[in-house]
Amino acid sequence: MLLLKHAARTFLLSEFVKAMWLTFRYMFRPKATINYPYEKGHLSPRFRGEHALRRYPNGEERCIACKLCEAICPAQAIVIEAAVADDGSRRTTRYDIDMTKCIYCGYCQEACPVEAIVEGPNFEFATETREELYYNKEKLLKNGEMWEQEIATNIKLDAPYR
Amino acid sequence: MIYTFCFYLFATVTVFSGIMVISSRNPVHSVLYLILAFFNSAGLFVMLGAEFVAMILVIVYVGAVAVLFIFVVMMLDIDYSEMRKGFQKYLPIGGLIGFLLLAELALVGMGWGLSGGVVTDPATAIPALTEMSNTEALGSLLYTKYVFLFQMAGLILLVAMIGAIVLTHRKRPGVKKQNINKQVMHRRSDAYEIVKVKPGQGI
Amino acid sequence: MADLLVEFFTWAFGVTLVPWFATLLGIVVGILAIVLPLLIAVAMSVYMDRKVWAGMQMRRGPNVVGPWGLMQSFADGLKLFLKETIIPASANKFIFLLAPALTFILALVGWAVIPFGDGVVLANLNVGILYLFAMSSLGVYGIILSGWASNSRYAFLGALRSSAQMVSYEVSIGFVLVTVLMCAGSLNLSEIVLAQKNAFMGVNGYWFTPLFPMLIVFFISALAETNRPPFDLPEAESEIVAGYQIEYSSMAFALFFLGEYANIILMCAMTSILFLGGWLPPVDWEPLYIIPGWIWFFGKIIFMFFVFAWVKATVPRYRYDQLMRLGWKVFLPLSLLWVVLTGLFLLLTDKIPA
Repeated sequence: MLLLKHAARTFLLSEFVKAMWLTFRYMFRPKATINYPYEKGHLSPRFRGEHALRRYPNGEERCIACKLCEAICPAQAIVIEAAVADDGSRRTTRYDIDMTKCIYCGYCQEACPVEAIVEGPNFEFATETREELYYNKEKLLKNGEMWEQEIATNIKLDAPYR
Repeated sequence: MIYTFCFYLFATVTVFSGIMVISSRNPVHSVLYLILAFFNSAGLFVMLGAEFVAMILVIVYVGAVAVLFIFVVMMLDIDYSEMRKGFQKYLPIGGLIGFLLLAELALVGMGWGLSGGVVTDPATAIPALTEMSNTEALGSLLYTKYVFLFQMAGLILLVAMIGAIVLTHRKRPGVKKQNINKQVMHRRSDAYEIVKVKPGQGI
Repeated sequence: MADLLVEFFTWAFGVTLVPWFATLLGIVVGILAIVLPLLIAVAMSVYMDRKVWAGMQMRRGPNVVGPWGLMQSFADGLKLFLKETIIPASANKFIFLLAPALTFILALVGWAVIPFGDGVVLANLNVGILYLFAMSSLGVYGIILSGWASNSRYAFLGALRSSAQMVSYEVSIGFVLVTVLMCAGSLNLSEIVLAQKNAFMGVNGYWFTPLFPMLIVFFISALAETNRPPFDLPEAESEIVAGYQIEYSSMAFALFFLGEYANIILMCAMTSILFLGGWLPPVDWEPLYIIPGWIWFFGKIIFMFFVFAWVKATVPRYRYDQLMRLGWKVFLPLSLLWVVLTGLFLLLTDKIPA
């Protein structure tokens, strides 16, 4: 009897039919994924996305060219050159990040004593050429201006846990 | 017009690829030319009105036999220059065999022409297409007049196949093999049993 | 076709065509009339495949390019077209480039004998089914040549796996064809379809007869023959990266891809012709014949393609020895048995078609 049942199950492909019926029903279930380009998921305040160089509210650059980020960067993606500015302060003349090397570990923002280099919430910065991913100081400062509000909020939200 | 053109196209390519089969340096290329030759002969068969034979030629020879050829040839690790070395030495005997074959072919052709008894126009042996399709004509001949020969050929092939399997099949001891039936038939109850264990007694 | 063209040219341009040129033109127009819609159908079928697959995994699938993502395949095609064609330095250049073209062409030429309606066929061959079978058995060359010419281990392994797989499953496909041919009594595809009219209890098509198990065998063999999941071992991306396609890029890859999908649609068309009754409506009921035959035919092809995608979303990939076991130890004896049974049945009930 058991053998008969087993044979029937094999030759009628009942397991396949059951599986196919299961997948067929799943086709009409509500989608588990979000409709990405039109809907976006929640991001943590600690999210590490595209880099930005911030300024103080009075417009002064935060970065003091201490090169801690350059030293700690495990991918060696950051290159910094420093010089004395007109007002006698120490400033960067060059601040490059090779985004193709960057592994988004967030060590640079951890190392930064003045919260100048941060990883913002932006993750949609795909480009058509590699060259566009070699960020210089100008580009990073522009990012800072563009994302300042979100970055400031995120830092504030995360502050109690630091 | 188109018919003649097609005939010369197929015929030239067949002859050309036939020559290339024996003259190309790379064995894989040789097999590829062989396939091309098969294919073009199939085209010639179609032009003769023998579409069944043409399709069978493509299915059996090109689709199966030549695949095995190409399989074997691809897997061989051949040093081409090494292979060419004996060419000069074997040229006379090879040439002699080739000449013999050519002479025999010519004899067959001459004999055909000389003996007036045989049908001079081979096309008359084939029933007209309107009467009977090509496949039907072949079948009605193969399964009536030549049925024993046909079955015999099949049996010989079967014996050859079984022979090949028997010769190459070997039982190796100690090899673990999957027994699908056993796996599928496996019940939950075969694998474990539930035992009520009283505290302090063990099993 | 040729007569129509001659008439058209006299009417439109006042030129009388030479007969042989008219014939040639007629053939070319016929080919274009099949190939162009076919290529669009291939693009759409890729989209449908992805959508069905996504749906069954509760994903959305392509939905950004064009309305509902309908233009996704064209965007992908354009992207492939703009990429660089890379030919490996140690590859056999001619064969390397010949292989994808061969795959693509073979997938297209099979369509010459497919009847889209009563008499709507480019080449009404007497041995149409054998022609289709021959063309699908030639498909193995595209793969084996690409694997060899790439001069890469992954590609070669993929090609070896694939050619062994395709040759094995061709055998069972051949026997399934024999059972159908014995019932239909013809090798002509149009006549096979017509023979299925009212096959059993008013249902058109052999699927409602005891040939149903052969439909399943044919369908599964078709999956193996077109390298579709669960038999996608030749290109198993998680094992041998992409198998025989690994060294290909740009248009060469696109040709493989198009050829593969054109082959799948061809197999769907073959299934609907052999078992589902081709252009006939599903039931032999007079009002249904008002709907044009090609709509029924396309509907059946789309249904079969849906099942192809459905299986892809359901069944995990077979292991290679399981694949060979299924082909040689299960399908071959089963289909052979069915050939004998069908023959006996036809002989005993005296139903052998003339």
